[in-house]
Amino acid sequence: METSSFPILSFITLAPLIGVLILLFVNRGSHEALRRVAMMIMLADFVLSLVAYALFDPTTATMQLVENHVWVRDWGISYKLGIDGISLFLVLLTTLLGPIVILASWKDIKHRVKEFLICLLFLQTGMLGVFVALDLFLFYVFWEIMLIPMYLLIGVWGNPARRLYAAIKFVLYTIVGSLLMLIAILALYLMAGEASGTYTFDLLKLYAFPVPLQAQFWMFLAFFLAFAIKVPMFPFHTWLPDAHTEAPTVGSVVLAAVLLKMGTYGFIRFAIPLFPNAAMDAAWWICLLAVIGIIYGAWVAMVQVDVKRLVAFSSVSHLGFVMLGMFALTAQGVEGSIIQMINHGLSTGALFLIVGMIYERRHTRLIEDFGGLSKVMPVFAVFFMIFTLSSIGLPGLNGFVGEFLILLGTFRVYPWYAVFAASGVIFAAVYMLWMFQRVMFGEVTNPKNVGLKDLCAREVWVLMPILVFVVWIGVYPNTFLKPMEPSVKNFIQHVEKKRALVLDVERAKKQAASEAGPVLASSAQTPSVDR
Amino acid sequence: MIPVPEVNLGGILPALILCVAGLVVMTVCLFFRKGVISFAAIVSLLGIFLAVVANSPLRFLNKTAFTGLIALDGYTWFFNLLILLAAGITVLTSVRYLGDEGHGLYEYFVLLLFASAGMMFMVSAKHLLVVFVGLETLSISIYVLSGILPGSAKSKEAALKYLILGGFSSAIFLYGAALLYGAAGSLSLAALKTYFQAGTPQLMGTVGMGLLLVGFTFKVAAVPFHMWTPDVYEGAPTPLTGFMSVGVKAAAFAAFVRVFFDGLVSLQVSWTHILWVLAVLTMILGNLAALVQENIKRMLAYSSIAHAGYILMGMIAGTAMGTQGILYYLLAYTFTNLGAFGVVALVGRKGEANVYLDDYRGLAKAHPLLALVMAIFLFSLAGIPPTAGFVGKFTIFSAAIKSGYLWLAIIGVLTSAASVFYYFRVVMKMYMEAPDTEPAGLQFSPAMVMALGIAVTGVLYIGIFPTTYLNLALQSVKPFF
Repeated sequence: METSSFPILSFITLAPLIGVLILLFVNRGSHEALRRVAMMIMLADFVLSLVAYALFDPTTATMQLVENHVWVRDWGISYKLGIDGISLFLVLLTTLLGPIVILASWKDIKHRVKEFLICLLFLQTGMLGVFVALDLFLFYVFWEIMLIPMYLLIGVWGNPARRLYAAIKFVLYTIVGSLLMLIAILALYLMAGEASGTYTFDLLKLYAFPVPLQAQFWMFLAFFLAFAIKVPMFPFHTWLPDAHTEAPTVGSVVLAAVLLKMGTYGFIRFAIPLFPNAAMDAAWWICLLAVIGIIYGAWVAMVQVDVKRLVAFSSVSHLGFVMLGMFALTAQGVEGSIIQMINHGLSTGALFLIVGMIYERRHTRLIEDFGGLSKVMPVFAVFFMIFTLSSIGLPGLNGFVGEFLILLGTFRVYPWYAVFAASGVIFAAVYMLWMFQRVMFGEVTNPKNVGLKDLCAREVWVLMPILVFVVWIGVYPNTFLKPMEPSVKNFIQHVEKKRALVLDVERAKKQAASEAGPVLASSAQTPSVDR
Repeated sequence: MIPVPEVNLGGILPALILCVAGLVVMTVCLFFRKGVISFAAIVSLLGIFLAVVANSPLRFLNKTAFTGLIALDGYTWFFNLLILLAAGITVLTSVRYLGDEGHGLYEYFVLLLFASAGMMFMVSAKHLLVVFVGLETLSISIYVLSGILPGSAKSKEAALKYLILGGFSSAIFLYGAALLYGAAGSLSLAALKTYFQAGTPQLMGTVGMGLLLVGFTFKVAAVPFHMWTPDVYEGAPTPLTGFMSVGVKAAAFAAFVRVFFDGLVSLQVSWTHILWVLAVLTMILGNLAALVQENIKRMLAYSSIAHAGYILMGMIAGTAMGTQGILYYLLAYTFTNLGAFGVVALVGRKGEANVYLDDYRGLAKAHPLLALVMAIFLFSLAGIPPTAGFVGKFTIFSAAIKSGYLWLAIIGVLTSAASVFYYFRVVMKMYMEAPDTEPAGLQFSPAMVMALGIAVTGVLYIGIFPTTYLNLALQSVKPFF
């Protein structure tokens, strides 16, 4: 592990907070100036993250650009940041979307602009913090901090009708899960501390600690609940359609593109490597839930009358893929899962932006109110089509790469799950294309749709960067897969090694308890992992 | 010849200074009509400042004074400081309030100072009688203070309720002390400790412990001895409610911890069981009842009951870490709750006309900074990082888990998840709803601004950089472990 001299990750994480400070001193009346400041900060943050990308060494699996400072010495809490191939692209995705959401909200948000931008910047810090934190305490702090700006985004700038309900539902769901996770974090900290003598929240040190099987089960359960709610996995998904539908456009974009990734990232960074035995024992069940989520999400999406709600349910389906690939625990599966996190962020984020754009024009999101838009808005139609196809997983676009890798990885372990999950791809084509057809093709039946303006330059600029990456990942995914490869390999090796270690420890314990029989060579007894 | 006991006034100097300041206010204000409130406030603040200075030598001491009646140690130092802090902030938040009420009630400050002096005796007591004397000094001052508003029937009702129920609890406490005396032959904590260590105590002793526990849990407002809290908190003048919720609670917990971890430590197994049940009930009932309140003072009253439950968890843990957690939690709670009640007093305006949750609608639009400050206090009460409230809960929960009370901690987090609902409800009113009518403007006084500034800085500072304060708390509980 190399320690970097220049604290680039701190800069990336905390730059939005500097933006908040600057915004505090800008006159609340001058909306344009406020937006410009926020935009500059987000752009600067993106550039900083590109610097981090340039400094990142893609050939190694160790944590890079590490910063480590003592925070609360007596309790082993430190301010420790670092990234590896798994978190690198999530950080980049977050910083890429930063300027995009500011640009997208330029015309959309007209009241309380100052507070709105402060919320967005604050949220940015929270999300980046979660992706770079390597200390469980620090991670938890960032994880909880995110709640407040998101709550305000939904509750203040959301859809007037049900925003309050959606906001509090979002908070309560999330906080129940995360508080139980806090208990598990504390239990793990104390257990590891008692066993090794040094109390620490340092994630990398806790990785090495073999948690006894029974404790693993409970701790994994608590972590699972927190992350599964966030992902959200079926059946913990019910907050998601409400939050998405009621949130303002950019709120939905951030929620879908980044916030949901906290859950999946949480599994890959925390829950699985810390509790590999429990995770692998539960993998079959979790994959089952994932497959149910894929099919259920698709079916429910099919019958939605509201475009935004349809996209929200498609998220449940897509994230089912992410979970499936991850818990297959094969190299392809996990890589596919990570790349699919990015893909979902890009394509679903873009779809929410698109829905926001027609909503701004028509103030409705009901499919039946549209029809034949491709004639009135040709440029819009092109973008919409590409992102729809990307979401379906058309070869040549990003979605295909992720889903293909996931299905490939899963098939080797759970062939039947792969078969059922593949049907989700077909359903996705059904609901997306059917929706697209009803909204975009045919005659313009509704007279209100006749004079709609096509995309303006700003809106094209909002969608363009996403489009670039959608095609890039689709055509040449190696740019993205290569840097994560060592980290993914390392992840899988770690999980296996630690799992075997825990089993050894358990066996030794049992032997010591029974005091009978010769000591078996532990390595010979380790059951090989099916892959 | 009668032996003259050793007298060392230096040990109780901080409390003495407060009494003297109170007497000065009382005498001087007799002769003036105008400007008494400002004068009283300034003298009180001066007294508090001098008391802080006089308190500082206690930090590194570890001895007793007055033939073992009073402990001069880090623990006393910490709580004295906490009480003085609470009193100081309360003086600041009260000035405008009393000016608005317009009766020249300088007695308010006198009683506040006397109550604080009583608390300081309580936290330093090594003898149950001293605890009792401190408790009564404090309680009687607070009874009068709750009913001090001349025109308010609610305030009178609060005072009467508190007086009657408080009288009962004092009597129960005293009865418990009497039984302990009957069993052990002394009321000093040292003697009690020796008695209970010697072997199986008589039933009388155990019952005495139980009654003492009732007396203390009444003062800290734990279920089922919490009945007085919502009514009294609602009726009392708002700044004073803030003081009661932190000062009285802190002093009661300080004495509670000292008596039970010093004198009655051998009975730990039995009182831990009782407290376990009480803590669970307190956390559940306090939080659930707070969910449905429409009056913010009542809501904060139930929230303060719930917080007593979390603090009890620290006692149940029974370790240095748990007690350290109690001290830190009380410090965090002092900043947070005094700040929150300060905002309530400010928003309440003249005659406490606006104390309903709906009165907070649209506050963020009219007064963005005030709404932000209030939101920070509420987040701290809900235990959301990076505030002091989070570190407090974190410490106490870890102590509970470390001592094996996993279920208690789980109940704790689940109830605090519920608490998020009612704290966020206020945030929702402030940020997401619009008022029916345009409310009258708020009167920001410099003293109030200063008080809120201190409180919000405290909440964030000790939340983000908790190390120093956790260490202070740990040093302060050394006498017991």
